[in-house]
Amino acid sequence: MLSYFARRVWQGFLVIVVIICLNFFLIHAAPGDPVNALIGTMAPTPEYMEQVRREYGLDEPLLWQFLRYAARMAQFDFGESLRFRQPVIDIILARLPATLLLMGTALVLSSTVGIVLAAAAAKFRDSWVDRVLTTTSIVGFAMPAFWLGQLMLIVFALNLNWLPAQGMYSLRAPSDGFGRVLDILRHLILPALTYSVYHLALIYRLTRVKMHEALAQDYIIAARARGVAEHRVVYVHALRNAILPVVTIIGLNFGFMLAGSVLVETVFAWPGLGRLFYEAISARDYPVLMGIFTLVSGMVVIANILTDMLYAVIDPRVVYG
Amino acid sequence: MTSSTHAGGGAEVAGSEPLLNVVGLQTQIRSDRGTITPVDGVSFHIKAGEIVALVGESGCGKSMTALSTMRLVSSPVSVTGGQVVFEGTDLLGLSDRQMRRMRGGRLAMIFQDPMTFLNPLMKVADQIVEAILLHQPVKRREAEKLAVEALRRVRIPAPESVAERFPHQLSGGMRQRVLIAIAITSNPSLLIADEPTTALDVTVQAQIMHLLADIRRTAGTAMLFITHDLGLVAEYCDRVYVMYSGRVVEEGSVFDIFAKPRHPYTRALLRSTLSPGTKADDFVSIQGHPPAAFDRIAGCRFHPRCPSVLDRCRTEEPPTRRDAAGAAACWLEGAA
Amino acid sequence: MTLLSPSMRTSLRLLKKNKVSAGATAVLGAVLFVAVFGAALAPYNPGQVGVGPTTAAPSPAHLLGTDDLGRDVFSRILAGTRASVAVGLSAAMITTLIGVLVGATAGYFGGTIDDVLMRITEIFQVIPRFFLAVLMVAFFGANLLNIIFAIAILSWPETARIVRSEFLSLRSRQFVSAARIAGASTATLIFLEILPNALGPVVVNATLQVGQAMILEAGLSYLGLADRNQVSLGLMLFEAQQFLRSAWWMSLFPGAVITLVVLSLNLLGDSLNDLIDPRRRGR
Repeated sequence: MLSYFARRVWQGFLVIVVIICLNFFLIHAAPGDPVNALIGTMAPTPEYMEQVRREYGLDEPLLWQFLRYAARMAQFDFGESLRFRQPVIDIILARLPATLLLMGTALVLSSTVGIVLAAAAAKFRDSWVDRVLTTTSIVGFAMPAFWLGQLMLIVFALNLNWLPAQGMYSLRAPSDGFGRVLDILRHLILPALTYSVYHLALIYRLTRVKMHEALAQDYIIAARARGVAEHRVVYVHALRNAILPVVTIIGLNFGFMLAGSVLVETVFAWPGLGRLFYEAISARDYPVLMGIFTLVSGMVVIANILTDMLYAVIDPRVVYG
Repeated sequence: MTSSTHAGGGAEVAGSEPLLNVVGLQTQIRSDRGTITPVDGVSFHIKAGEIVALVGESGCGKSMTALSTMRLVSSPVSVTGGQVVFEGTDLLGLSDRQMRRMRGGRLAMIFQDPMTFLNPLMKVADQIVEAILLHQPVKRREAEKLAVEALRRVRIPAPESVAERFPHQLSGGMRQRVLIAIAITSNPSLLIADEPTTALDVTVQAQIMHLLADIRRTAGTAMLFITHDLGLVAEYCDRVYVMYSGRVVEEGSVFDIFAKPRHPYTRALLRSTLSPGTKADDFVSIQGHPPAAFDRIAGCRFHPRCPSVLDRCRTEEPPTRRDAAGAAACWLEGAA
Repeated sequence: MTLLSPSMRTSLRLLKKNKVSAGATAVLGAVLFVAVFGAALAPYNPGQVGVGPTTAAPSPAHLLGTDDLGRDVFSRILAGTRASVAVGLSAAMITTLIGVLVGATAGYFGGTIDDVLMRITEIFQVIPRFFLAVLMVAFFGANLLNIIFAIAILSWPETARIVRSEFLSLRSRQFVSAARIAGASTATLIFLEILPNALGPVVVNATLQVGQAMILEAGLSYLGLADRNQVSLGLMLFEAQQFLRSAWWMSLFPGAVITLVVLSLNLLGDSLNDLIDPRRRGR
């Protein structure tokens, strides 16, 4: 098992190397002068262009350039944003908390609700509850998340005026204390709900399948044979076993979830990493795009490793070392 | 109890009402392709402290009979007829709640493959404690002590440490002991054992059978022992029911069944399992295969494979003929 | 124990699913029809500005309303469906092609080749593909070809894994050995002997990939990475964002079409899966 763990870490390292290669490749393979990819097409002065050329060693042999680039990446030096003229890493880190708040809320919401609903549906298999929930999940699964966001915005913010439509804060709200927390929460509801729906559908469908598999296991019959009540059979014996693969899927889908956050943040102008990504696309701010891509990849790698470790904690059968 | 006309119906033993009396039990599986009846009018009885064997090839309905007796079948399988009278109450008439109290209390069950019948994510102790708390008025701490005690009863070495382990850390024999420990925590009067040694290797098999025999001797627990291993039957059981295609075809004491089997199926079974050089589950010497449950075989269900088939076997179902020694459902009975 | 549920419920479910999959097939048929003949059905030129008033609500003249430039939403949806379906189908085709090549090679040869290919596949599965797709399209230019290519190159690992596992189990079968002894070439063995037998799961996966590709395309377009010369459903949603208050129909209808198509594809994939392998139900 230790070797498996080591393999995961090694794989993560390789992924990071591949990501750096891809970035490097994109800079050099994109049409036009590589310097344009680094500082944009509307460079302020020839002197600045020269400076960047020197910094990245663009006149030197490719291999040397690559090593130089990799070394910078290893130090989290993703270059300077074309739009803000600030180090990319600073901009990214400033936006990260908002994304984590949104993702965290949505993840907790969708996992809990999804798992509870799936367990209930499995208990009442083929009942109307099961059918309604399952049909809904299939539809939720097929919707583009950002379109659902647009619909939510239209209905709850723009027409019913229940909730704010854009951003994370109101200008009129108090700038500190409880009032500010409340204000942020009000802004959080719609994006978090939108974001939850897709994952809810995913988690519900997965848990339901795993519940059916678990309920068909022999130890379920054995539990019933010793007089265990049905709700305990479902919620303790079956659910605990069904949840394991679900945890893995949630962990391994981390990259997918971040992609979802780009789209949802764009709909609601939520000032996180995703919104930054969108703005960088519009502004052709290549260093920021690559910086986010690299950082997100690193987060995915770490999430994968953490998932493995978590799995080892929950499942007694997995032993490292 | 009145004597029954059903196949294998409870032969009365004067003065003692059987602990379990199953009469005309029928279990069906419904699907859109039709209904199949894996248990079709099965009757048998078990007296207090008795070990009774239910033997037959796989697919003959013996496991389904056990599950039906425990009411452990669920949709699309259901018990559709008969009576299961245990300690004077018909289990089929109980509410789900009352039935739950029975299971693991007065009436317990152990299973074929100990690898899969323990919850892999629960410690051994927790699974035993779960059973104790359900059936005994004790607090958790007391239950934990009783759990270790139960492990000691099934002769697990170092029970305190085994209690803290997870199933995957135990050998197959140990797991079966744990399952037995769970089953006997509340001193059941009847233990249904569904092929409890089939998945184990031979030495462990013997240990488990000794353990079960010991439990019967010390606690007086009656057992329904489901198996296809006639060797074990000869060694450990008092009486035998032979099942074929969802029916009981012969019953009798172990001595009678082995000394003078009456039904051709029983004879074939004995030949195939007891002749040297064949494995216990090797049925090659019986021609053909047991019929799929969908088959509607006219007459005696064994007739397509029977070496001594008569004309009437193909059209008429043989009645169960009963005498002092036992019963058999075969036309040869009358002719002989 | 094993006598319990599995096979019993399957037939019942298949029957129920047949109705659902018939519906899904009908929707997909209609969508294909629109994709091919949509231009002829459109009441207006989808690109023509000012065929009606700006942001007019749905009315008999403009069934699904008009957008901010006075273009007819219904006509644009017909045209957009064509682009979205084209992207979905071609991306899924390329994905399947790459996946089959990689998976078949790995599964057929096994050993070191398999090891190396599968490690590469795993790495590609870890890379956050949506972000990379955005980068590729942003760097190389937002046109349909680049979008298709970016989606395809990032989606093949799943197909490769499916094909590989099919090949692993099929390559040692009797009919393959028989063909090998008869002197068939490696290419013949792979493409004419084994592949046809592995086709079921590949087709199911391709069906689901079409839907995934359509959603990815919509996502890219929504971030402003659409081919501006070619109206697509995703581009329509991108344009709708600024007019959610005044023209909800600009968002509702294109999104509903995507959802309906993807839903139908998923349902069709599910029932195909049931047909191939009744044991893998309910997913």
